[in-house]
Amino acid sequence: MQNYTVFVPRLAPATENFAPGHRACIGCGEALAVRLACKAIGDNVIVANATGCMEIVASQVPYTSWRVPWIHTLFENTAAVASGIEAGLKAMIRKGQIPDRETKVVAIAGDGGTVDIGLQALSGAMERGHDFLYLCFDNEAYMNTGIQRSSATPFGASTTTSPAGKVSMGQFSWKKDMPAIAAAHNIPYVATANPSYPFDLMEKVEKGLMTKGPAYVHIYSVCPTGWRCPGDLTIRIGRLATETGIFPLYEVEDGQYKLNYDPPKLQPITSYMKLQGRFRHLPPEIIDKIQQTIIEKYQELKEKVAASTGVAGG
Amino acid sequence: MAQRVGMEVSVAIGEMVRMADADVIAAYPITPQTHIVEHLAELVADGELDAEYIPVESEHSAMSACLGAAAAGARTFTATAGQGLELMHEVLYVASSMRLPVVMTVANRALSAPLSVWSDHSDAMACRDTGWIQIFTENGQEVVDNVLCAFRIAEDAEVLLPVMVHLDGFHLSHVIEPILLPEQGEVSAFLPPNKYPLPLNPEKPVAMGDFGPPFIYTEAKWAQEVNLKKSKETILNVWRQFGDSFRRHYQPVEHYRSDDAKVLLLTMGSFSETAMTAIDSMRSDGKDVGLIRLRLWRPFPFEELRQAVKNAEVLIVLDRALSFGGPAGPVASEIKAALYNQQTRPKIVSFVGGLGGRDITAKGFTEIVNRGIEVAQKGSKDEFEIFGVRE
Repeated sequence: MQNYTVFVPRLAPATENFAPGHRACIGCGEALAVRLACKAIGDNVIVANATGCMEIVASQVPYTSWRVPWIHTLFENTAAVASGIEAGLKAMIRKGQIPDRETKVVAIAGDGGTVDIGLQALSGAMERGHDFLYLCFDNEAYMNTGIQRSSATPFGASTTTSPAGKVSMGQFSWKKDMPAIAAAHNIPYVATANPSYPFDLMEKVEKGLMTKGPAYVHIYSVCPTGWRCPGDLTIRIGRLATETGIFPLYEVEDGQYKLNYDPPKLQPITSYMKLQGRFRHLPPEIIDKIQQTIIEKYQELKEKVAASTGVAGG
Repeated sequence: MAQRVGMEVSVAIGEMVRMADADVIAAYPITPQTHIVEHLAELVADGELDAEYIPVESEHSAMSACLGAAAAGARTFTATAGQGLELMHEVLYVASSMRLPVVMTVANRALSAPLSVWSDHSDAMACRDTGWIQIFTENGQEVVDNVLCAFRIAEDAEVLLPVMVHLDGFHLSHVIEPILLPEQGEVSAFLPPNKYPLPLNPEKPVAMGDFGPPFIYTEAKWAQEVNLKKSKETILNVWRQFGDSFRRHYQPVEHYRSDDAKVLLLTMGSFSETAMTAIDSMRSDGKDVGLIRLRLWRPFPFEELRQAVKNAEVLIVLDRALSFGGPAGPVASEIKAALYNQQTRPKIVSFVGGLGGRDITAKGFTEIVNRGIEVAQKGSKDEFEIFGVRE
C-alpha cells in the first residue's frame, strides 16, 4: 500500500476524461474521485449523471469537463436513465442498427441522489439486472444545495438541516448502510472505495465496469466546504476514515465479503473528527458512543469477511 | 391490404407499436392503460416484437428510462394514465427540452382524490405546458393511426419532440372496435427508420442536459417554443401523407356539420362521437348547430380554430377537467384567449362535465347546447357551469 504513490503515476492513463477547469471547490475529494474513476473507465462509455455537485461544477453551458458521452436529466432518476441507455444499446445492437462496440454504461450520483431520492430508481435498476456500473460519490450531505443532512450523514455531524444546537447534537440518525442495501439485491459486485487509496479505487471501478450485470461502488468523498476542514487535508482525512474503521474498504463479490485493507490497529475516531468542524460540538460521551458503534460495525464486517472466506475455503 | 378486425383498442395500439418496430418499451402498470403494455409484453415474450421491455418500478422511472433509450438513438414507447402521468410530470419537461422523440399513449384518467380509475382529461390538462406534441383521439381507429403518425412526427429531424396520443380511459382503451390494421409493408413504407442526429455515442461524444445559467436559459426555452410551433408544419404534412397512403384524413380541428352553423359545440376525445349523434338529432329538429373537435392540443391550432368559428355566434366548450378557482375549464380558457383579439368572435359558454368517468349521453349534449344558447343570450353569473352536478 505504501508504494501506491510510486505505481499510480506509471499505471494510470494520462488522459483526463474528466477534464480540468471545472468549478469544484478547492480540495474537493469528489472531483478527485471522479477524475480517478474516469481514468479507470476509459473512452468507451456513456455516463448518466444525476443532478448534484459534479453535474453543476462540470457542465455549465457553454463548457463541459466531460470528454466522454454524458447525459444529465434529473436528480432521482439516473439509474433509470442508465437502464434506458443500456436497453437501447442492447436492442439496437441485436437488431443490427448499430455495431457492437461493447460500450459500457456508468451512472454517477451523490449520496442524496443515491441513498435518499434516487434509491427507488437504483433499487429497480439493480433488481432488473441491467449491465451497468453505478458510482455513488458520498460526501455525506446535500452539499450542492448548501450542506443539508442526508441519510448518509454520519451520526452527530452538524449540517444546515441537522444543526448542533442547545438541545441538539446534530445528525440524529446513523448513516444508512448503502453498500449493504446494494449487496442485498444480490448483484454480482459491490465495493467501497476512497480516493485517498487511488489505486484501489481505480481497480474497483474497473472491476465494476467489467462485471456482467449491475455493479455498485460506494466512493467516500471528502467535502472541505461542507465538513468545515482545510482543503489540503482531503487526502489525510480520507486516509483516517479508513484507518479508524469509519469507512472500511471492502468488496462483496457474488455475495463473498473481502476486506481490502485491514489496519493492524484502528486509529481512534477523534483523530478523524478533530480535523472537521462538523463534529466540533460533540461532547466526549457522544464521541465515545460513536467510537463504540464504529468498532462494533467494523467487527460485524470482519465477521462477514471471515464467514465468506470460510465458505470459499470450505 | 389492411384487414378490418374486431380488436380491443389497447391491443390494437400494441399491434401498431409492433409494426413500428419499437426498440425499447419502458412501462409501469396503471389502470386503464395496462392492456396496452400487457399486450406489448406478450409480443416481446413471443418474439413477435424484437424490443427491450423494461418493467420499471414507477412511471417516473418509465419516462426516465425512455429518456436514456431515446438519447441512445432507440425508438422508444411507453404508455400511462392519470396518476402515472402526474408522477412522470417533471420528466416530461426534460423529454421535450432535450428534444427526445419518445412516443406515449395516455389512457386519460381522473386524478385522486377521491381515487377514480375512470376517464376525464385532468391528467392531460395538468401536462399542458410540458412541451410535448399532444393529439386527442375519439375512436380506436384514430388512436392506432395516430400512434403510427406519432413516431413519424416525433422522429422527424425537423421536429425531434416527444408526442402524446390521448385516448379516453375505458371509453376507448377497453372497447372492442372494428379497426383497419395496416399491413407490415405499408407501415414500413410510411415510417422510415429512426435516425436520431446526435445520439450518445463514444465515437462522437456529446454532453446532453447541461446546466443553463440565466444568460442562456431564456434562449433555450425560446428555441423550444419556436420548434414546437414549427412542428405543426410537419404534423400537417405527416397527416396529409398518411391520408394519401391510408385514405384516412386528420386535421388539427375537425368539423361535423359546422359549416353554416350559428351555434357550435366544441369537444375533445371520445365524447365527440356521442356529440355527433346529438347534433344530428338537433339538426333534424331544425336547429342550426354543428360540432368542432380539437384534435391537436399542442401546438395549439390558432388559425384552424379561428377559421372554424368565424361564422358562429355561439361557441359552447365542454371541458373534462376543472381548473380549480380559475376562470373556466382549461380548454375554454384557451379558446377564449385564442379568440379575444379577433374582430368578430362568437360568445363563448364554458361547461365542465364527464368528470371521473361520468357519462354524457346524446340527450345530455342536447341539454348542454340548449343551456349554452340560453346562457349566451341571457348571460350567467357563473364563469362556467358543471353539467349534471348534484348540489
